[in-house]
Amino acid sequence: MTQAFAKPPRKNPLLRTPQMNLPPAARGRVALGLTAAAAEGRFMLQVCSECGATQYPPREACHQCLSPALRWQDQTGAGELLTETTLSHSNDLYFRERLPWRLGMVRLDAGPSAMVHLHGEVGAAPSRVRVGVRLDRAGQAVLIGFPEKGSEHMADDPMLREMASDPKFRKVLVTDGKSPVGQAVVRALAKAGADLIWVGQAEPWKQPAGFAELARLPQVSVVDLDVRDERSVQELAALIGAKVDIVINTAELHRRHGIGGRAGTEVAREEMEVNYLGLLRLAQAFGPVLMARAADGATHATAWVNLLSICALSNHPPEGTYSASKAAALSLAQCLRAELRAAGVRVLNVFPGPLDDEWSQNVPPPKLAPQALASAIVKALRDGVEDVYPGDIAQDWLARWRDNPKVLERELAAGGS
Amino acid sequence: MTAYLKRKGYEGVALTLPVTVSYERYSIHGAHWYVGQAVRALVQGSGLGKAQIDGLTVSSFSLAPDTAVGVTQHLGLSPRWLDHIPTGGASGVMALRRAARAVQCGDAEVVACVAADTNHVDSFRHTLGAFSDFARDASYPYGAGGPNSMFAFITAHYMRQYGARREDFGRIAVAQRANALANPNALFKTPLSLEQYMAARPVAAPIHLFDCVMPCAGAEAFLVMAPERARDLGLPHVLLRGAIERHNAFSADPVMVRGGWAMDREDLYAQAGMRPADIDVLQTYDDYPVIVMMQFEDLGFCAKGEGPDFVRAHDLRFSGDFPQNTGGAQLSSGQAGAAGGFIGMTETIRQLTGQAGARAVPGARRGLVAGFGMVTYDRCLCTGAVILEASA
Repeated sequence: MTQAFAKPPRKNPLLRTPQMNLPPAARGRVALGLTAAAAEGRFMLQVCSECGATQYPPREACHQCLSPALRWQDQTGAGELLTETTLSHSNDLYFRERLPWRLGMVRLDAGPSAMVHLHGEVGAAPSRVRVGVRLDRAGQAVLIGFPEKGSEHMADDPMLREMASDPKFRKVLVTDGKSPVGQAVVRALAKAGADLIWVGQAEPWKQPAGFAELARLPQVSVVDLDVRDERSVQELAALIGAKVDIVINTAELHRRHGIGGRAGTEVAREEMEVNYLGLLRLAQAFGPVLMARAADGATHATAWVNLLSICALSNHPPEGTYSASKAAALSLAQCLRAELRAAGVRVLNVFPGPLDDEWSQNVPPPKLAPQALASAIVKALRDGVEDVYPGDIAQDWLARWRDNPKVLERELAAGGS
Repeated sequence: MTAYLKRKGYEGVALTLPVTVSYERYSIHGAHWYVGQAVRALVQGSGLGKAQIDGLTVSSFSLAPDTAVGVTQHLGLSPRWLDHIPTGGASGVMALRRAARAVQCGDAEVVACVAADTNHVDSFRHTLGAFSDFARDASYPYGAGGPNSMFAFITAHYMRQYGARREDFGRIAVAQRANALANPNALFKTPLSLEQYMAARPVAAPIHLFDCVMPCAGAEAFLVMAPERARDLGLPHVLLRGAIERHNAFSADPVMVRGGWAMDREDLYAQAGMRPADIDVLQTYDDYPVIVMMQFEDLGFCAKGEGPDFVRAHDLRFSGDFPQNTGGAQLSSGQAGAAGGFIGMTETIRQLTGQAGARAVPGARRGLVAGFGMVTYDRCLCTGAVILEASA
């Protein structure tokens, strides 16, 4: 049984803040296939298209029939723990700072044997386990042996917490808490046990429905934050930056225009100010302090969430300038991910389809409820994934984009959505 | 039916001049220094000129970016036959097998087989992380324990499967320490009791401190030539009587319980016209005691699963009834990288040519040397063994 994660005591201000040492991050190109799947929370292994053999570690050819036709296929992960050890020594600083560390060798029912990190609830070998995958603090896929049936608090296993960004007892900044999505995210975080939620407001005079009630939640602290204003961003970072564990950037401007439908660049410029430059301002102000606190105790700084859009993958002409701003934000988010990875801080990109909000009023269903989006964000933090595509439309566009991005471009241009 | 060429025997191959370049825990020298001092000792000890060494094999982990060919220019050698054999614990057996064929075929007359590695203060960690593709992708990110993790798996599994206890592995470590005390080159100079073995700190349970080798710098080397040549040079030598080699054996075993020796040992004994009982002195590859025990089984000294009983029933010291790793081997001498794959070879040549000093096994005439190398992922892939016999 995993002990429920208890609220850690206040930090002793006399002690030096420990710095992050990443676990070994090097992987070969083929092995990155495992990481690509894990970024979405999927456990995939190479399966030979010719002879059907499943193999691990990843290879350049089928170890049975030598075929190069290997595809990544989802796995159940069912297997048997054959043998285990507990490391009392490691050659790597990351593990040295976290010893003892339990490891196992699992024979997957699909065939291969695999070395895994072991969840504390897994019984002594031999025993049945379920192998899953997580991104470790280096952002690389690692295999984990889970108990077949976990207890209520299994997510609080110390090894597993290292691989995730659970908001429980953490301090979170939600950059815009007034939009329907922002409000839903704040409520979901409060429900998930966040210790403190700073809720940004760009326009204090606006009082949307539900916000006054939200502001009264004991965890919530409303702060002024206008991501269009560099000074506003810097001032807030100076005030709370050194305490933030998770940044969730919900600030966005969404208008529905293409190129010909509206003269001038004013609205498009405003979309870029919020959706792209806003992210850049936030990243410059909050990124370095998150990195500095990436190993600061059990509730260290852990993640950065970007609210993007499925339109970031391929332009949706009816909201063409918005799509372009989200594509710019996606590109910048990849840069942010690369930089924050150096400290083991995860960047989580969320790609929803149309939301059930005022700016998608004329879009037919299915539309994603803000509450569903908020739940998807909290779940993604708990699961430690990097990319999440919530909702049926997002899943559908993603599948089409992966199948053939050119075909999707033509479909979207022809008004198909 | 077509008569295909059969594997030829290993007649007419002698090993001579066992060389050990003093082990050091840490060295400021490069690997080339150790290769150089080994070759120098071979030249000085044989009375041959450098130019007469016309074959060379080099085994090393710390020579990069050089390989054997870089060594030739570094040391001013001009061999007409060259091989680079970076297979660690199996490199001794593999170097000998290749050198033997070169000598038999006349591609070289005198082959220097050299294994050398340096050990800087932080070099072991760097070696581990970049040891193999699979280690980088699928084992090092899991705790970075190096081979300790995998051999902990293998040991725990073996213990459960065959009822071995830590004490049984302790007997091996303790006997080898006793042997090392009679070996001036061994880095460990103090006795080890079973109590001390049992009380050691855990490293990766069930592996504890004295189950692990200590990385160090050093070199081992020997010469391979025709027996007539060795006789004319007045060099005490031994004869190669049989040799086997196997890679990635029993890959379907989900956890290693046996090595490739089990696949090829009949061939080995048939080549030599001997049986396990004919072997006077055995050098196993001792990266971890469980592998020593596995070799007792897989080389036919006892049946699979009888390893624990075997070590309880035998005295493994050089003075005992089953002399094994008579110089203390890696567990008590140190593991000088790839030279750990040669240590059994040089020790056996010494034992069979009356050069083993205080640890001589009286009347030893036949020795078996096993090799085991390259834990690229979940087991060592290379296994090999040779039988050597005194020449007169």
